[in-house]
Amino acid sequence: MPWIILFAPLISAAVIVLFTQKWKNLSALISIAAVLVSLAASITLFLNAPDSAATATIPWLDFTGFGVPFKAPISFTIDGLSKAMMIVVTFIGALIHIYSWAYMADDEGKSRYFAGLSLFMFSMLGIVFANNFLMMFIFWELVGVSSFILIGHWYFRNAPAAAANKAFICNRLGDFGFLLGILLVWVATKSLDFEGIKQAIDSGNAPFLAVPAFATATVVLLFCGTIGKSAQFPLHVWLPDAMEGPTPVSALIHAATMVAAGVYMLARIFFIVKISPDAMQVIAVIGTITAFGAALIATQQNDIKKVLAYSTLSQLGYMVMAVGVAASSAAMFHLFTHAFFKALLFLGAGSVIFACHHEQDIWKMGGLVRKQPITFICFLAGTLALMGIPLFSGFYSKDSILVAAYEHHRILAYFGLFTALLTAYYMTRLFVIVFFGKAHTEAASHAHEAPVVMWGPLVLLAIPSVIAGYASIAGHFLPVPEHHGESIVPSLAIGAGVIGILLGALLYFGKAKDPIRIPLLANKFYFDELYAHIIWYTQDLLARICAFIDRWILDTAIVRGLSSGTWATGFVMRFAQAGNLQGYALLFGAGVVALFYFILFIK
Amino acid sequence: MVTLNDYLLVSGLLFSLGFAGVLLRRNILVIFMGLEMMLNAANLSLVAFSRFGVANGLPDYNGQMLVFFVITVAAAEVAVGLAIIVALYRAKQTTHVEDLTSLKF
Amino acid sequence: MSPTLFWIFAAITLGFGAATLINRNPVASALSLAVSFLGLAALFTSLSATFIGIVQVLVYAGAVMVLFLFIIMLLDLKAEQRRQVRLSALIGGVVIAGLFASQVVLVLRHFPKGNHEFPPLSLPHPDAVNIGLTLFGHYNLPFQVIGVLILVASIGVVVLSKRELN
Repeated sequence: MPWIILFAPLISAAVIVLFTQKWKNLSALISIAAVLVSLAASITLFLNAPDSAATATIPWLDFTGFGVPFKAPISFTIDGLSKAMMIVVTFIGALIHIYSWAYMADDEGKSRYFAGLSLFMFSMLGIVFANNFLMMFIFWELVGVSSFILIGHWYFRNAPAAAANKAFICNRLGDFGFLLGILLVWVATKSLDFEGIKQAIDSGNAPFLAVPAFATATVVLLFCGTIGKSAQFPLHVWLPDAMEGPTPVSALIHAATMVAAGVYMLARIFFIVKISPDAMQVIAVIGTITAFGAALIATQQNDIKKVLAYSTLSQLGYMVMAVGVAASSAAMFHLFTHAFFKALLFLGAGSVIFACHHEQDIWKMGGLVRKQPITFICFLAGTLALMGIPLFSGFYSKDSILVAAYEHHRILAYFGLFTALLTAYYMTRLFVIVFFGKAHTEAASHAHEAPVVMWGPLVLLAIPSVIAGYASIAGHFLPVPEHHGESIVPSLAIGAGVIGILLGALLYFGKAKDPIRIPLLANKFYFDELYAHIIWYTQDLLARICAFIDRWILDTAIVRGLSSGTWATGFVMRFAQAGNLQGYALLFGAGVVALFYFILFIK
Repeated sequence: MVTLNDYLLVSGLLFSLGFAGVLLRRNILVIFMGLEMMLNAANLSLVAFSRFGVANGLPDYNGQMLVFFVITVAAAEVAVGLAIIVALYRAKQTTHVEDLTSLKF
Repeated sequence: MSPTLFWIFAAITLGFGAATLINRNPVASALSLAVSFLGLAALFTSLSATFIGIVQVLVYAGAVMVLFLFIIMLLDLKAEQRRQVRLSALIGGVVIAGLFASQVVLVLRHFPKGNHEFPPLSLPHPDAVNIGLTLFGHYNLPFQVIGVLILVASIGVVVLSKRELN
């Protein structure tokens, strides 16, 4: 069964690329069919498979090098974690495939787009099912590739092409650390298998990991993978730019699934992570910085997708923070709910963008509440879930994170609460500007409701966005962290949310222009500029050093030195070569005599 | 009593004479004569060794064969060498090595 | 051969060899060389290598020396002018040649095997028969190759000494 889930999208991608490039609608149908097959298979698997971990194994790499056996079979982990993730990926994936049918209706590269989506589904499911680091890393890279392809879908425009490169390079930086981390794990445990590693750690067979510094280095390096893939500070810069891709891609990859892969990976290897408290500290702090910083930036963005992108960053920061405070089940819970409501928000945004003729500036929308009632309702559900309003899914999962943080590190929890306030504030701002007030442009005033293939998935996503947080429902999918006793945190969170909403509503209701301008936030803390400068300076410095080495050491000392040495020797030897034949004969004779001397008379 | 070493001594001295001729004389023809002298000195050694290495009452004819070939090749060499000297003389009007200094940088 | 005759011929060979070097006139040098080669032929004969000795007389003292004399005449060479001799070159040449000669002497002094007399011979045929058998038997191929070499050399000589026809 897992084979069908995993390979249906791959077959679809292959068929599209190889055979049906020319028939765009056929390609789309193949892709949609494949993802529906995967979805059906996942549901069957989910309902039938026993809860215990079950794996299907094919031996793959199996050899002994330098006396150390190396084994990396292709095999699947099917446990609660991967089953929940699998359902999320296939369900949201299926809805987004269908949504894309309409959204990408007129696109020239539809075949390519759907092939990319299928490839992505394949790679993402690969990560979900992977039961060893090698397989996970391979699919990890595949996900990066398909993300690159899809961000750069409109490669003929400069911005998406640059964004695709940026995403790929940032991911590569993170993956480099990830790979090093994997190597360290292998060095420590001589195993890449999650089970094997776990056994090695439990049985004390990993002496290296007992060394705190080594363990910290390993975990932090592994975490680098998350930093890249889940766009954590300081590699977060690629995610907002990735919004240059088509909106359904943003929803699927850059909100619901791929960026959550980093968190999923952390949850999967949590038994390694928890070895090193120092590394967890690092993880928690980075998560908090990301959550808080991204929320700040989001308050000043004017592009609807950028706002959602930064909110994604912020939510991912929450999840990473949860892992950092040892609440990996809370992280997965939030991942689970967030996937639904963030996909919903993105698809809603896509619907709005589609209605306004691909306009993404929120100040050029407005008054859409009457023109797009269904989108409005669904978007509202998603927004409330994101804000963490009670009865909506986000409330429960975010609360469990905040409670865990509160028990662990008060300061982190305060930052988290303030982030919640900011979240409510910027989402209200977005919502009010887009849906209420007057239409600010001609396009917005002529907007109309999206076709059913587009609002259908919205409705289907709105339902889990509301209910996925209830323990009675989420409990079927994954362990839901229970609240121990009464905590002050939920009420604080609600308070923060309400304050945020009121602030946003007061400031922005009926406004046609942004009353607040904070350039620092609007320019995203100048991260891009900073990186550009850092890279510029480093490159310049490197170039200078290289130029110095090249010019003085290589050119002057070695190349010219050799040449002038040869020349000088030749110059001296030239006096011996006066054209005098007997001089030559004399030297030759002297040579012969010397040779005889050395051969015969030296014993 | 004449021994092998006596012949070899004569051979070596003749060789040295030829060598000295090559080194000291400036007429290219005489230098050439020196070369011939050196070849013949070698021939003398070869014949002496051939006579010395008697087997079944016969001298070692391999050495004499080599002498024969040396003489033949030397004859050819003299012919070509002298032709070259003639051509050189036509070009430079001299047989004096100190006037032939074009073999240099 | 008696030692007396040997030393006489050795003295002729070496003496006229030295005369080749010392003579200023190329004609005198060439004639001295011819005499030196005749002495050498006598030494060959003294070693029972009569065939080689005769070839030496025919080829060297005859053909080669005549060729030398021809060329000297053809080029109409006079005795060398007294030129300023470079002392360094002179000393260098003498020293190198002297060193070489002394090396030869030293080597021979440490060659006790060479101090024996030549073993006796019992030739069933004359020398030329044995040479012929060896040459056309075992050394047939090199002999042919030498023939080709001489052909090539004679063509080369013709090409080299031909005047350019303008």
